[in-house]
Amino acid sequence: MEALLSNVDWTEIGWASWDTLVMVGMSLLFSVLIGLPIGVLLFLFGKRQLLEQPVAYAVLSFVVNVLRSVPFIILLIVMIPFTVMLIGTSLGVAGAIPPLVAGGAPFFARLVETSLREVDRGIIEATQAMGASVKQIIFGALLPEALPGIIAGITVTAITLVSYAAMSGVIGGGGLGDLAIRFGYQRFQTDVMVITVALLVIFVQVLQMVGDRLVLYFSRK
Amino acid sequence: MIVFDQVQKSYQVGGRAIPALHPTDMTIETGEVFGIVGHSGAGKSTLVRLINLLEPPTGGRILIDDENITDYNAAELRAFRRKVGMIFQHFNLLSSKTVADNIAFPMKLAGIYSKMEIRDRVEELLARVSLTDHANKYPSQLSGGQKQRVGIARALACRPTILLCDEATSALDPQTTQSVLKLLADINRELGLTIVLITHEMDVVRRVCDRVAVMDAGEVVEMGPVSEVFLHPKHPTTRDFVFESESIDRDELQEDLSKADGRILRLTFKGESTYKPLLGSVARESGVDFSILSGRIDHIKDTPYGQLTLSLVGGDLDVAMQALKAADVHVEVLR
Repeated sequence: MEALLSNVDWTEIGWASWDTLVMVGMSLLFSVLIGLPIGVLLFLFGKRQLLEQPVAYAVLSFVVNVLRSVPFIILLIVMIPFTVMLIGTSLGVAGAIPPLVAGGAPFFARLVETSLREVDRGIIEATQAMGASVKQIIFGALLPEALPGIIAGITVTAITLVSYAAMSGVIGGGGLGDLAIRFGYQRFQTDVMVITVALLVIFVQVLQMVGDRLVLYFSRK
Repeated sequence: MIVFDQVQKSYQVGGRAIPALHPTDMTIETGEVFGIVGHSGAGKSTLVRLINLLEPPTGGRILIDDENITDYNAAELRAFRRKVGMIFQHFNLLSSKTVADNIAFPMKLAGIYSKMEIRDRVEELLARVSLTDHANKYPSQLSGGQKQRVGIARALACRPTILLCDEATSALDPQTTQSVLKLLADINRELGLTIVLITHEMDVVRRVCDRVAVMDAGEVVEMGPVSEVFLHPKHPTTRDFVFESESIDRDELQEDLSKADGRILRLTFKGESTYKPLLGSVARESGVDFSILSGRIDHIKDTPYGQLTLSLVGGDLDVAMQALKAADVHVEVLR
């Protein structure tokens, strides 16, 4: 056992895991905070929806598509100057968060838009017929009805962010990915690679399980 | 009172205006149950949605209790909609809310009721639609009929003066349809609520409506008291609906009539005359022999009626016709 995992420094692994957790947690938080309103707007501005706005929809949709079409590894590099401007450094855990949010928020926004479209139009119509304002329709009917779908979207986004966060190791982002690249790849320490991959797998499994449980809990259908 | 004054609606499709409702004049009296019957695509859904402006008209005025609702601004419109309940074919309940919360929802949206008022009103409504035991269930745990009863309770929450029913029984089985219609009739009677009901089933109209409008291709083609429209349909579309509801096959009917001898009459009895032993005495007095080719005895809302198709042979036909007319029977000579 000693020999098998001779290169593994558990303290280092522990810190790297914590860094990954922080990166995923923080970037998920901001992705949801930014992506949710964008998703709601995308839905409302859409064709035959409550606030149909073809121009606003086209602009918003274009921006979301651009961010989503750039491969994340490129987005990481492109974002460096903005990240430095925003928080002073492009390195470490903090430096990884802005590009993660830039990748996660538009992704989540689309998932929100899709899950809102799944809400039965009849429910929106019924709420309108009760004399609800647009704001009341959004918060009283749309979001509660779409909640299971939105939670599933958060789960998918979180898992995507785990993989993005690992990728940010390439530009010195910290976390398990950083460990895997510096030790596992550059120093040929296969045992470190195996451990980091195993930890990432466990992390994703746990996220999916928790997400599924929550979706089930909030589904009344 | 709901008054349509040259109300019309058209949709823009690819730069062209497609009319959904041709200019229509119509008056719905306060406290009546008004039916709108038509095939799908006839414009009845549009018509009912004009009343609470879910569909804004493209022309004309809609007056409700002498107020032109097409002039309302957004806030006035929202306040007005609280006074117009609506129920739907597919119920449109919020799946994320319990039965009690669904019923409370319009009151919460209104923002003018206290928690106590809402709780008391929900309890009262649950009792009215016999769902007290299901208050904390979610809609997915209810049957179709129960869901529609929740829909009705929800529509009544803010004490509306008008209730719009959009194919409210079309997704229900016959027995459940019966109980939901009975509930609607009770509500109409006890609360004096005006009910506007759209359906594609003439039978629904026959059971609960006072007056009916028949729609075809975006136009009201016939309108009047249900007994009049139902027993003496004039427009071909109306006839189709009546035949359909009585499961009469026209070709079969023609064949039956062609086999019969003598004159063929259709007699329509309404109210008291339905129960009188009329045919026997008429036959004795005039000496005609009759055979019944088809017939139906039923109710239109609370009024009994009978409609018989007879063939008459021999005797004095004129005397028979006179006697029938004298007894308040509507006589139509078919052949």
